[in-house]
Amino acid sequence: MELLRFATAGSVDDGKSTLIGRLLYDSKAIFEDQLEAVERVSRQRGEELTDLSLLTDGLRAEREQGITIDVAYRYFSTPVRKFIIGDTPGHIQYTRNMVTGNSTADLTLVLVDARKGIVEQTRRHAFLASLLRVPHLVLCVNKMDLVGYDQAVFEEIREEFKAFATRLEVADLAFIPISALNGDNVVQRSPNMGWYEGQSLLHHLEQVYIASDRNLIDPRIPVQWVIRPTGSTIPDYRGYAGRVAGGVFRPGDEVTVLPSGLTTTIASVDTFDGPVGEAFPPMSVVVRLAEDLDVSRGDMICRPHNHPTMAQDIDAMVCWMTDKPVKPGDFLAVKHTTRWVRAVVKDVHYRLDVNTLHRDETADSLSLNEVGRVSLRMTQPLFYDSYRRNRTTGSFILASEQTNVTVGAGMILGAD
Amino acid sequence: MEQGVSAGPGQYQLSHLQALEAQSIHIMREVVAEFERPVLLFSGGKDSIVMLRLAQKAFWPSRLPFPVMHVDTGHNFPEVLDFRDRRVAELEALLVVASVQESIDAGRVAEEPGLHPSRNRLQTRTLLDAIVDNKFDAVFGGARRDEEKARAKERVYSFRDEFGQWDPKNQRPELWALYNGRHHPNEHIRVFPISDWTELDIWQYLDQEQLEIPSIYFSHRRPVFRRDGMLLSIGPHTEPGPGEETFEATVRYRTVGDMTCTGAVESTAETLVQIIEEIAVSRLTERGATRADDRVSESAMEDRKREGYF
Repeated sequence: MELLRFATAGSVDDGKSTLIGRLLYDSKAIFEDQLEAVERVSRQRGEELTDLSLLTDGLRAEREQGITIDVAYRYFSTPVRKFIIGDTPGHIQYTRNMVTGNSTADLTLVLVDARKGIVEQTRRHAFLASLLRVPHLVLCVNKMDLVGYDQAVFEEIREEFKAFATRLEVADLAFIPISALNGDNVVQRSPNMGWYEGQSLLHHLEQVYIASDRNLIDPRIPVQWVIRPTGSTIPDYRGYAGRVAGGVFRPGDEVTVLPSGLTTTIASVDTFDGPVGEAFPPMSVVVRLAEDLDVSRGDMICRPHNHPTMAQDIDAMVCWMTDKPVKPGDFLAVKHTTRWVRAVVKDVHYRLDVNTLHRDETADSLSLNEVGRVSLRMTQPLFYDSYRRNRTTGSFILASEQTNVTVGAGMILGAD
Repeated sequence: MEQGVSAGPGQYQLSHLQALEAQSIHIMREVVAEFERPVLLFSGGKDSIVMLRLAQKAFWPSRLPFPVMHVDTGHNFPEVLDFRDRRVAELEALLVVASVQESIDAGRVAEEPGLHPSRNRLQTRTLLDAIVDNKFDAVFGGARRDEEKARAKERVYSFRDEFGQWDPKNQRPELWALYNGRHHPNEHIRVFPISDWTELDIWQYLDQEQLEIPSIYFSHRRPVFRRDGMLLSIGPHTEPGPGEETFEATVRYRTVGDMTCTGAVESTAETLVQIIEEIAVSRLTERGATRADDRVSESAMEDRKREGYF
């Protein structure tokens, strides 16, 4: 059984909670005690319908204020796949949470109200999914029951969105007309929309092909930890533990270790369960090298003729996540793969309007929830690929050196 | 399934359990690399058994590079304590026991009133004192996001201030697999490597790995009484009150906590495979079915977590 992570975003009124509630309930991931608790609270508040958003809004302040504060993770599975939903609120801290939810997603689900069509929030969702390079995007046109299941309404929304999406980089785009409330095309194909020839949403989530989304071309293992057992039965063991970030590694492969640039071969790829013939993303393994090189945490294992860029000056799209704006001259802590370095902000080139995609070239800072292109100079070189090529070796987080709080997220721009 | 590759050559696919395992191992290695004094909380329960196996895999062939700690309420199932000691000895791990009884004797906390009070809430003080006394800066816990709705919103790296408090409205954003463990002295990070696992994943993994678990997880006969719809065991810390009838039932436990607040479920499941079959069709969460500590109020878990609970 495979694992698929998907992100959703939206407000209560576009039917997102109803849709998630239905996916969870129909796949039996909501339990009777949870449903009873939600029904009890809904009744106490004098609501007629059970408010399924109460299932995801878990914190006291959320229930008291009827808002969703933060990213919540939900789990369900079918016989085919296990699903992890990163569910983010539509309004408060929107960009920050959506960027967080999308950073690990294989697929983004964008909901549109069939009566309202494409609105600002739709474009924002789609843009942020594209910025975070989520490989698959599904546009669900919801509340089809309220427009008489009219094919023309669906077609019009689809064409409008397609035209907008040409400005984005979305590898795979699907459109599904649904009614979350009635369950049309959610789990089963709906008899109410005979004109729709595609799959139900759940079927699409089960079948969408994600195996080729990972980078299996460029071999990369950022070294996390050196394994050197002391006083054990294997006194000379020395292995480099890490999670494969790209490509495939096999025993006998020639490898280069950065920053030293020294080359040797892989003696074995080990795990607790025994050596493996191949290691690929996202496996966690231990690599033993044929020769004794000086390798430590933060180093990068790659191939002699395929290694990442090594540079101190980085250009990146940065999403800013804290109240105090970022501006040239600021010092920040940077975590990239398995290393922390310091950086100084050299330049803020432009601020991107996440609703219109307009570039404001006069901007010289980024405030909370703003996205823009930034130049940074690192105290030491990073070993990176462009985010477009590799989401693991092309991403970094920024933290405040004073408060230690995570204040930004970066996606490295590169030549390819 | 063959290790690593499934579905034939060139597919490079991991099963969901392999993907979850790889993620958890990555988290544990990050913590050991970036913190001075990590510790792993071990209760002898099924989640912490999985945690211990993941730690074993993450650092093999080295021994565990951190101690394990049990917060002992003094109300534990004897079968679970036996199991704990055996497992720790097998791994040649260092065990730290933080005792709620000692916290009571030292006057750090007071036993709650009543005939057989629960020590569930008291153990938070014991845990926080042990973290300070041992200067632990990272504490691995086996909490899962599917367990409870406050936990569904907690980060993998959960920052705690100098009082051990969790502030759910002011959590650090957590992106990709880039974890931020930066903290000042006297602050610490709770780390939850199995956040993305569900109860079913845990049982499937226990079966896949053929891991031993305490006997009370399997069906057995035991004298019980019914309280608040739960079946509680009769023992030195729990006795039926007036009107609560004692009877013998065929039961197993879905979670192992303090004997005073952990209920059994009626079950005939005697093997992991039978338990997995039962879980797959169960319509109740493990906490909803068997944990009185979560029934106190709508926000029982959130309130305890804010104070520094697991």
